[in-house]
Amino acid sequence: MSASDGPRRLRGYHEVTHDTGSGVLEQVVAQRERLRRRLADVGCLVAVASGKGGVGKSAVTANLAALLADMGLATGAVDADLNGPSLGRMLGAAGATLRVDGDGVHPAVGNAGARVVSMDFLQDGDAPLRWRGPGGDDFVWRGVAETGTLREFLGDVAWGALDYLLVDVPPGTDRIQRLLELVPSPQLTLLVTTPSEAARQVVARSARLLREAAVPRVGLVVNMAAFHPAGEEPRPLFAADAAARLAADTGLEIWAEIPFDPELAALTDAGVAYALARPEAPAARALHALAVRVAGLQDR
Amino acid sequence: MKFLCLPCDEVMTFAERQLPGDGTLSAVFACPGCGREMAMLANPMETQLVSSMGVQIGGRGVPEQPLEGTRRGMVAGRADAFEEAPEPSAVAPEASAMASAPGTAAAAPSWSPEAVERLHRVPSFVRGMVKRIYADYCRERAIPTITPEVMDRARTDLGLEGM
Repeated sequence: MSASDGPRRLRGYHEVTHDTGSGVLEQVVAQRERLRRRLADVGCLVAVASGKGGVGKSAVTANLAALLADMGLATGAVDADLNGPSLGRMLGAAGATLRVDGDGVHPAVGNAGARVVSMDFLQDGDAPLRWRGPGGDDFVWRGVAETGTLREFLGDVAWGALDYLLVDVPPGTDRIQRLLELVPSPQLTLLVTTPSEAARQVVARSARLLREAAVPRVGLVVNMAAFHPAGEEPRPLFAADAAARLAADTGLEIWAEIPFDPELAALTDAGVAYALARPEAPAARALHALAVRVAGLQDR
Repeated sequence: MKFLCLPCDEVMTFAERQLPGDGTLSAVFACPGCGREMAMLANPMETQLVSSMGVQIGGRGVPEQPLEGTRRGMVAGRADAFEEAPEPSAVAPEASAMASAPGTAAAAPSWSPEAVERLHRVPSFVRGMVKRIYADYCRERAIPTITPEVMDRARTDLGLEGM
């Protein structure tokens, strides 16, 4: 090459269209197709998210799943919280063994017949989630591995035909983004918050993320909205009602306001469907009203 | 990732994959024009990144098993997490080792006693999946009997390190 030829120009990746035979792209396409086929049997996918931790997403998910199943709707629930799984236990399916056949891995059956898959079923005792691989720098591939597990929970599990598939999304707006990479348009996303200012700030970020991703239907669920001591008037748990401000700022509708009830946490922790076991409790009534509204999506 | 043979301006195509067993990956690509070969050597972290995607360079040798990426990748899986239903076309290892039916090997490979013994050393968290993978591998290649030698070959071909 003479100096007058100028710098050599190499073809770019997309200019080279021949198949290399490595089969990687085909495998990725096959993964996506398997997920698409499985979710084609799901009537309505509901993401239960927040961004904030400790607001009661899993308890809301567990009770909502049990209520929908109790209404006769085929309901499944995915515990997307791989590093802090609790949904299996909350749905009364702790320690379940998952059957595997040619159709896939069959979910455990929990309260009211709700089907559930959780990392809790796969982990030995109190072992933290760890992955095989070279030591150090695991941040490079850990997110990829966990996204793969979520894809497998959604696509490799023999859910059968479902009216509703709820996904309990762990804290962190990045985890919402991770779900959207697999399921770009959940039919409904419920953002669980509390009336606290700290929750408002975080959930507002999640709401913005969902708005920018053009996720179609998003509602707020205000948990621990008030405290109802027996025989007394309800009183707020938090000094300021940041949830009302969140709704006003984001333009999101509040789908449910669930009062604080220590029994909700106690029973749900014990794997009992609180909303079915204490149907007259104010928090159970709020959860039931939420379930009725979610079930109404089927008719649209 | 693509490789271009500059003298020929041809895309090099995948030819061979080897997993030396130390967490690394070697993949050979060849130029269809001049025949020149080159090896892509991935370090353990790069190999892990590709593996975490649930894909294999050079393609999969057998169909993917449900939750395969999770089961292969997890450390400390629960021993009784899965209950494997017997494959409709397969024979239980113990039974097939004792009485394999001649002429049906392509549909249901039998297991030699040594292979059964080796299979039982696989952690139970992945044992059922590994059993299906070996059976699929033999079925697709019309290998009638699964032996430790066949298992070794499958491990290399399919990248079943640690199983």
